[in-house]
Amino acid sequence: MNHDAYDDNYIRGILNNVKSIAMVGASPVNVRPSYFAFKYLAQRGYDMIPINPGHVGKSLLGKPFVAQLSDIGRPIDMIDIFRNSSHIMPVVEEALKLSPLPKVIWMQLGARDDAAAEKAEAAGIKVVMNRCPKIEYGRLSSEISWMGVNSRTLSSKRAPIPTQGMRLSLNRTSVGGGETAASDRAAKNKNELT
Amino acid sequence: MTDRHPGFSTLAVHAGAQPDPTTGARATPIYQTTSFVFNDADHAASLFGLQAFGNIYTRIGNPTNAVLEERVAALEGGTAALAVASGHAAQVVVFQQLLMPGDEIIAARKLYGGSINQFTHAFKSFGWNVAWADPDDVASFERAVTPHTKAIFIESIANPSGSITDIEAIAAVARKAGVPLIVDNTLATPYLIRPIDHGADIVVHSLTKFLGGHGNSLGGIIVDAGTFDWSKDNKYPMLSEPRPEYHGIKLQETFGNFAFAIACRVLGLRDLGPALSPFNAFMILTGIETLPLRMQKHCENAKAVAEFLSGHPKVAAVNYAGLASDKYNNLARKYAPKGAGAVFTFSLKDGYDAGVNLVSNLKLFSHLANVGDTRSLVIHPASTTHSQLDDAAKVKSGAAPDVVRLSIGIEDKEDLIADLEQALTA
Repeated sequence: MNHDAYDDNYIRGILNNVKSIAMVGASPVNVRPSYFAFKYLAQRGYDMIPINPGHVGKSLLGKPFVAQLSDIGRPIDMIDIFRNSSHIMPVVEEALKLSPLPKVIWMQLGARDDAAAEKAEAAGIKVVMNRCPKIEYGRLSSEISWMGVNSRTLSSKRAPIPTQGMRLSLNRTSVGGGETAASDRAAKNKNELT
Repeated sequence: MTDRHPGFSTLAVHAGAQPDPTTGARATPIYQTTSFVFNDADHAASLFGLQAFGNIYTRIGNPTNAVLEERVAALEGGTAALAVASGHAAQVVVFQQLLMPGDEIIAARKLYGGSINQFTHAFKSFGWNVAWADPDDVASFERAVTPHTKAIFIESIANPSGSITDIEAIAAVARKAGVPLIVDNTLATPYLIRPIDHGADIVVHSLTKFLGGHGNSLGGIIVDAGTFDWSKDNKYPMLSEPRPEYHGIKLQETFGNFAFAIACRVLGLRDLGPALSPFNAFMILTGIETLPLRMQKHCENAKAVAEFLSGHPKVAAVNYAGLASDKYNNLARKYAPKGAGAVFTFSLKDGYDAGVNLVSNLKLFSHLANVGDTRSLVIHPASTTHSQLDDAAKVKSGAAPDVVRLSIGIEDKEDLIADLEQALTA
C-alpha cells in the first residue's frame, strides 16, 4: 500500500462505507481542528464517538466522551486518530485488541507512523495516514470547492444542496492524482529534499 | 478501477463547474451578491472561525469566483487557488503572506514593467526589498540569496521580450535556498507551460490576458502548488504560527497542502480587500472554456507573423522564441512545445521614429496597453509600459527604445501580415 498518495477510489470507498467513527483525541475546545472535524462528520451523518480520557463525564455535541476504545462497548467501523505521530502506535495496538476489529484506521493530517500502519494492515485493517476526513469528504463531494480548492473531481450532475445530517454524493469522476499532483510528489520527496 | 486523467481541454470546460444545485442552470450563474445568509448563529460562528465550508461575504469568497478558482487550480495542477481583482493584486496578496519589513525577494530583471514598478516603489514603502537577477544567468539568482531572502519571482515567458525562462534551473536555486519559487505564468497560460510541473510552488496570473482572452475583464489569480513546507523553520509565521484573529488556528496545520491559498484568502483578501467582481469571474470563466483553441490559433498566427517580419528588409531583429534561429528556441522546445506564445518584440532598422510611424500606420492592430486579447495589439514599451524605467533598465528588461511589442490575436494571419506590410512600407 502506497501511503504517499492515495487513489481517490480508496478514500471514496472508505468514506462511503463506514458508518461509525471513534475519534481519538477529540477536543471539546471549539477552535481545535479535532472539534470541527468531529462536528462536520457528525453533520454529514456519521455516528461519531469522542474518545478522550480527560473529558469523561462530559459530552461533545451531545455524544458522551469515552475514555478508551475498549470502553465503547459496540463494534466501530473506523478509528480517526487526532494525535501526533509519536502517539499513534499505542492507539493502534489498543485497536488491534478490539473484537470485532475496526475496518479502518485513519491518522490525521500531519500524523504518520509506518510501523503502526504495517501492523494494522497485517490484521486486514485499511489505513489512511496524513489526511483529514473532513477535507477528503469535502473534496470528493466538491463541497470544499467553496474555498477555491481543487477537488480533482468533475460532475455534470446537479449538485445536492448540503443540509444538516445529509450525506453528499462522493461518486464524482476523479481527475486522478499521481502524475499531475505536484503536492503529492512534494510530500513523497519531503525527506529526500532536506 | 483507477482514476482517469481527463485532458486539458476537458478540464478547461468542466473543472470546478457543476449544474447549479437550486435551479439546475448549466452555465455557472453570476452570484452578484455581497453577502450570504447564515443557517443560524452556530453556522455563522463556524464559518467565521474557518470551521465550515461556505460563503460569508464576497470580499472573502463568492460561488462564481470559486468555480474560476478551482478551474485554474486544476489547469495548473495546483491544490487550490484564489481569484483577486487584478494580476497586481495577486502579487501584493502573495507577498503579504511571505514578507515582513526588512525581508527580501529575488526577482528576474525581465518582467512586465508594472511589476518592476510595483516591486521597486510600492514594496519599498512596505519595507520589502527586491534584489534583481538575470533570468538568462541562473548563477545570478544564487548569488543574490541572503539570510533575508523569502522568495524568488520569475515570469515563465517574459513580457515584453517573449523570452523563455529556465524554470527548473531557478526552481533548484529556490529549493536549495529553502524559499518558494513564484512564477507569473500570464503570457504562457497553463495550456503552453505548467510551471508547477517544473518546480514552481506558487503561480500567479493576470487573468485579464489570455485566460480571459477577450480584453473585457480584469482579474488576477494565485495558485497554490501545495508543494512548500511553510512550517519547516520560522520563516513564514503567517502560515506556521497561531493566528490571533482566528482563535489561534495554525493555517498549515489545519489546511495542509492548500494552506497558502487559504492564507491568501483569509488574511490577504480579507484585510487588503482586492476582491474580484463575480461578473468578471463569469466573463473570464467563459473565456477559459476556449483557452486551448485560442492558444493554438494565437501561437500559429504569432509564428507566421514573426517569420514574415524576420524576412522583411526594414526589420532589424525579431525576438520570438518560436523561431528556430532565436536564442530561446531550445528553452521554448523544452518548456513550451505547443507554441512559444503570442507576445514578442521586434526592432526596426530605422530605430525609434520608424517604430512610432509603424504604430500609427497600422489599421488592424490596436495601439493599446494590454496583451492577450482576441484582437492583435501593438505598443511601444519604452514610451508606455516601461517608460518609468531608466534607459539601462529598459534595455535589461527587453524594452529598448527601438523595440515594438506585438500581441498577436486570433484573426486570419494573412490579414495581420498584410496590415504590417502596408504599415512598414507606408
